[in-house]
Amino acid sequence: MLTICENNVAKIEAICREFNNDKGELINVLHQAQHTFGYLPEEVQEIIALNLNTSLAHVYGVVSFYSFFTMIPKGDHPINICMGTACYVRGAEKVLDEFKKLLNIQVGQTTADEKFSLSSLRCVGACGLAPVVLVGDKVYGRVTLDGVQEILDEYKS
Amino acid sequence: MSPKFKKSILVCNGSSCLQASKVNLIAEFQAKLKEYNLDNEIQVVQSVCFNKCTLGPNIIIQPENVEYSTVTKEDIDDIIIIHLLNNKIVERLVYNQVYENSGSTKKQYRIALRNCGFINPEVIDDYIEKDGYAALAKCLTEFTPQEVTQQIIKSGLRGRGGGGFPTGVKWDITSKSVADQKYVVCNADEGDPGAFMDRSVLEGDPHSIIEAMAICGYCIGADKGIVYIRAEYPLAIKRLKIALDQAKEYGLLGEKLFGTNFNFEIDIKYGAGAFVCGEETALIHSMEGLRGEPTLKPPFPSVSGYLEKPTNVNNVETFANIPAIINKGADWFASIGTEKSKGTKVFALAGKINNVGLIEVPMGTTLREVIYDIGGGIRDGKKFKAVQTGGPSGGCLTEKHLDLPIDFDSLSAAGSMMGSGGMIVMDEDDCMVSMARFYLEFTVEESCGKCAPCRIGNKRLHEMLTKLCDDKGTLEDLDLLRNLSNVVKDTSLCGLGQTSPNPILSTMQNFYDEYHAHVVDHKCPSGQCKSFMRYYISEQNCIGCVVCARNCPVNAISGEKKQLHVIDQEICIKCGICMDKCKFDAITLN
Repeated sequence: MLTICENNVAKIEAICREFNNDKGELINVLHQAQHTFGYLPEEVQEIIALNLNTSLAHVYGVVSFYSFFTMIPKGDHPINICMGTACYVRGAEKVLDEFKKLLNIQVGQTTADEKFSLSSLRCVGACGLAPVVLVGDKVYGRVTLDGVQEILDEYKS
Repeated sequence: MSPKFKKSILVCNGSSCLQASKVNLIAEFQAKLKEYNLDNEIQVVQSVCFNKCTLGPNIIIQPENVEYSTVTKEDIDDIIIIHLLNNKIVERLVYNQVYENSGSTKKQYRIALRNCGFINPEVIDDYIEKDGYAALAKCLTEFTPQEVTQQIIKSGLRGRGGGGFPTGVKWDITSKSVADQKYVVCNADEGDPGAFMDRSVLEGDPHSIIEAMAICGYCIGADKGIVYIRAEYPLAIKRLKIALDQAKEYGLLGEKLFGTNFNFEIDIKYGAGAFVCGEETALIHSMEGLRGEPTLKPPFPSVSGYLEKPTNVNNVETFANIPAIINKGADWFASIGTEKSKGTKVFALAGKINNVGLIEVPMGTTLREVIYDIGGGIRDGKKFKAVQTGGPSGGCLTEKHLDLPIDFDSLSAAGSMMGSGGMIVMDEDDCMVSMARFYLEFTVEESCGKCAPCRIGNKRLHEMLTKLCDDKGTLEDLDLLRNLSNVVKDTSLCGLGQTSPNPILSTMQNFYDEYHAHVVDHKCPSGQCKSFMRYYISEQNCIGCVVCARNCPVNAISGEKKQLHVIDQEICIKCGICMDKCKFDAITLN
């Protein structure tokens, strides 16, 4: 877990200042904070609430509302399976099941060795390559069931 | 094309092609052209979507309009030597020798996408050369705000984000609200899975949005604009930022534009992944740093919106039409399309269709023209079954609707909707019950939870559909499903809940026999629902090798060596491993 050292507190405060400690800018602040820390644990949210002069409940309400924000640290290689309609009709669900089976985790979870995390998203706009899987920023198109193991092998070493 | 250059190589830089390419094709082309000393004669332009996503990466060479598909780094030399230097076609790469004359292009008519792919979106001069900012200049110096608004009303332009509300009327209402500050908001929170026209416009022609927002600001009396954009669109954000900086530098944003007293500036706000934020009141709350929950209208945003000030919210595609209307006239725009839906509409074609990608057609084009003439028909020679328009809020249309002229009203009358323009084509292998379940799963996930009908009703609908797909449904469930769908539709607070049962209602209307088959015949006619599948071992082919029994994860297969094996259907979990492992094709699926 992220330990909030003074250095990190200063980082969060700097982000809030960048947006004039304006609570109307909360979503932009959260984007920056997640970009910096990779996720938004309770401690980070507390400091943001304090600096923007709003309640922790409000900050948590916003974090939990939007699917882009996460309170769980992602794996080294976050895997995203596109479940947009175009990918769905081309078999994305089966691909997702295969990932679940091989990694032995559910959507929203991270493997015990913190190597992989699994999530689904809606449409990356690459419908021509359906079904699409993202590992980090890398896009894999026309993924087949056999291809799932191959993708994982790329990152296992 | 700049007169300086003899030819242009348009390289598709849409997400699909970009991701299909292993290298940066634009940089590779530029480097190679330099090598051949052609970089002063031939320019490389980053372009967007030629509607051939499945064949990407795609390029077009102009002015001859030859299109090459699946271009790799290794092909660049050939393209330069054979095509550019010797004026011959590289046969193995060519998609369609004369792109302009293909059926695909003939039926299309580009207004919103007029510049996409034909100008470099990161160079403001390219846009200006195409009459860019001429419309803004004309509005500010020749017309009063009311005159401009009247032109937009006269053009008949309706909101392209889904609602179809007349744009000019919206501007007119906002202009009449009295306040010290008003806002123009561009809704670029494209949440409909499978639709990506707004992103393409922002990636391919960002200046047209800036220009249109300024025109809107002039009409309604606002000096501040905000683009609310999905954080998931990094390239669009980058291009928009570049365009904003350039516009400021050229004095096209800022104070006293074109020597008048009109000031206008634009900020960017980011979405964070919530489909409901496409609804304008939810979007405004999100911009204020709150949960993106909708509120009851009235008051409409045009009276009390962002920070409780009058706010005009329009979608990206709507804005993209504005400069063209001003430049070419309201009558010109009103001459295109149908009686009540004017102009064109951009659709994102996807699913089981040959040509996946963005298309723009005049309103009134039929589904058949879109699917067969432009889309190239159904993949793998399969039979067309249905097309879902309007995304998760829309409905399924069938073969009998193929000759329906597409416009706002005809789609609503047929039980679907225009929505933002997603068009997912399904073939005979798709089960309509599980399709409806898929859409409901989406709505359940995206419901903001504020009102009970949407929060609880959709969840129950999803459970019922799951029951049907799991072979546990009854005829009573079908009645209940229809009733609850109507309740959710009638009682939900915002557009999300009011339209979420559409996929159920339209599939029940058009494919009732499939629902019936799921509960009465205990069959999934398209063979997609796992629960209805039965694996059998054929007497003829089974040699009793025991491989299937050994691999079955739940020990559902029994039988002695060299004897016929049998699957216990009660235990079988339909994983299909036996079928994969059998070397004698003895296992069949029924």
